[in-house]
Amino acid sequence: MTESFNKTQAEIIQGLREIVPASVTMTGETRIVTDLHLDSLAVMDFIMSLEDRFEIVIPLDRVSDVETLADLAKVVDQLRARD
Amino acid sequence: MSILSKFDPLRETYDRLRAVGQNPFEMVFDEMLSPTEGMHRGKKTILLGTNNYLGLTFDSECIEESVQVLRRNGTGTTGSRIANGSYGAHRKLELELAKYFQRRHCMVFSTGYQANLGMLSTLAGKGDYLLLDSDSHASIYDGARLGHAEVVRFRHNDPEDLHKRLNRLKDMPGSKLIVVEGIYSMLGDAAPLREIAQVKRETGAYLMVDEAHSLGVLGEHGRGLAEQAGPETEAAVDFVVGTFSKSLGSVGGFCVSNIDDFDVLRVACRPYMFTASLPPSVMASTVTALRRLQEAPELRTKLHANANRLYQGLRERGFTVGPQPSPIVSVALKDSQLAVEFWNRLLEGGLYLNLALPPATPTASPLLRSSVSAAHSFEQIDRALQLFEMIGRQLGVLAPVPALPETRRAATHKGLAFPANTDLGLVANAGV
Ligand SMILES: Cc1ncc(COP(=O)(O)O)c(C=O)c1O
Repeated sequence: MTESFNKTQAEIIQGLREIVPASVTMTGETRIVTDLHLDSLAVMDFIMSLEDRFEIVIPLDRVSDVETLADLAKVVDQLRARD
Repeated sequence: MSILSKFDPLRETYDRLRAVGQNPFEMVFDEMLSPTEGMHRGKKTILLGTNNYLGLTFDSECIEESVQVLRRNGTGTTGSRIANGSYGAHRKLELELAKYFQRRHCMVFSTGYQANLGMLSTLAGKGDYLLLDSDSHASIYDGARLGHAEVVRFRHNDPEDLHKRLNRLKDMPGSKLIVVEGIYSMLGDAAPLREIAQVKRETGAYLMVDEAHSLGVLGEHGRGLAEQAGPETEAAVDFVVGTFSKSLGSVGGFCVSNIDDFDVLRVACRPYMFTASLPPSVMASTVTALRRLQEAPELRTKLHANANRLYQGLRERGFTVGPQPSPIVSVALKDSQLAVEFWNRLLEGGLYLNLALPPATPTASPLLRSSVSAAHSFEQIDRALQLFEMIGRQLGVLAPVPALPETRRAATHKGLAFPANTDLGLVANAGV
């Protein structure tokens, strides 16, 4: 795992703190829909907020296979590197 | 494990709905009496959720024309236009639509859903970008999924957010196509089209407007939001898509445009090529309805009078309605259980409208969605208001003292402006 990946993942978790109860622990293995009980609406809004936080565009098909927080961090990290 | 096991949660939701009373998604009408009344379980029921904006489904000229063509040309085309050829009626309908919209080209599809599926998936190819409003209709999301373009959402009705996202893409090669709706089907709000057209010009993107709910409803001649927004904005709209299934009272979809080489789409657009074309009788009633829409602007006047009466009436009674008056009038309720109960009581009272449950709604609130018709009488609208008020009090939605103070009401309205979801959710009268 690269340093930028770890940083991205940490920032994603930090962002999720605003919508996930403090009692829930989040790691790279945490599954976004199943473990965090976020509905599709909340997930899509969160993706949009990530786009703004990192100043990137995350096309919908790039997140269709995303299951865990690490999956998401990987996608975001790749897109950030593109700039 | 059955192949259908993955739908267990969905099935459970439906089972719970059935337990409350009539399942809103399994309504069967014994008979349609008029554009605004149907028989349900032997009872005359007011229809307030049909998208039949001009009430043309029972227009005598449309029916007469359709019947004659039915006798002359038969019941169906039994194939696609590519394989079986076009009838004169296909060309005539396309020419009439192009003329009405003052555009050079028109393509007719078998439904509005397919028009979006076809146009989005074909126009935007690999390396191109689709920019979709987050509250877009399922047919727009599905069209985006069918194609190979990168799909980006922007915040609902937020031109600045759109601009920001297009700026992030400015060094990317590939065409960018912005897609918005004239009137959004859930809350009845219109797109800020002038501002969006401005963003389109500044960024060199293309712009498509789905006028499904605004054709025949907005604009002096009924051409929709683009016309209402003024000539400069209308000229900036590269593609208009729409449907015959609402104000024109039949079935089918279309796209009109001024773009060069438009006709190449006829041999590239799969949802156009690989499905049977519309039956001639359907096209005959559609052409007649398009003429009626132009001849009878008073239908639009009556439609808006009805829409305002319902919108203001509900608002004054203290219901949380959408952000602006429009023929789509939705009441937001606290939770789904309450919404289902409310909907059932309205039906028992003789009023049918749409129930939309999250995640099919733009916010977490379930909606009781009405669509008003020019064919409704004020008596029918007033009856609807009366039922809403009575049930609202029975279920504690309305306080015993009528009308919320102005400031509080404004605050509740703001709560509706969330961004939306992408799920195919639960919408009674599926396909709004
Ligand atoms: C915005 C929008 N676009 C497209 C459609 C699809 O139209 P049709 O019913 O003709 O398939 C609908 C409604 O059904 C709609 O609300």
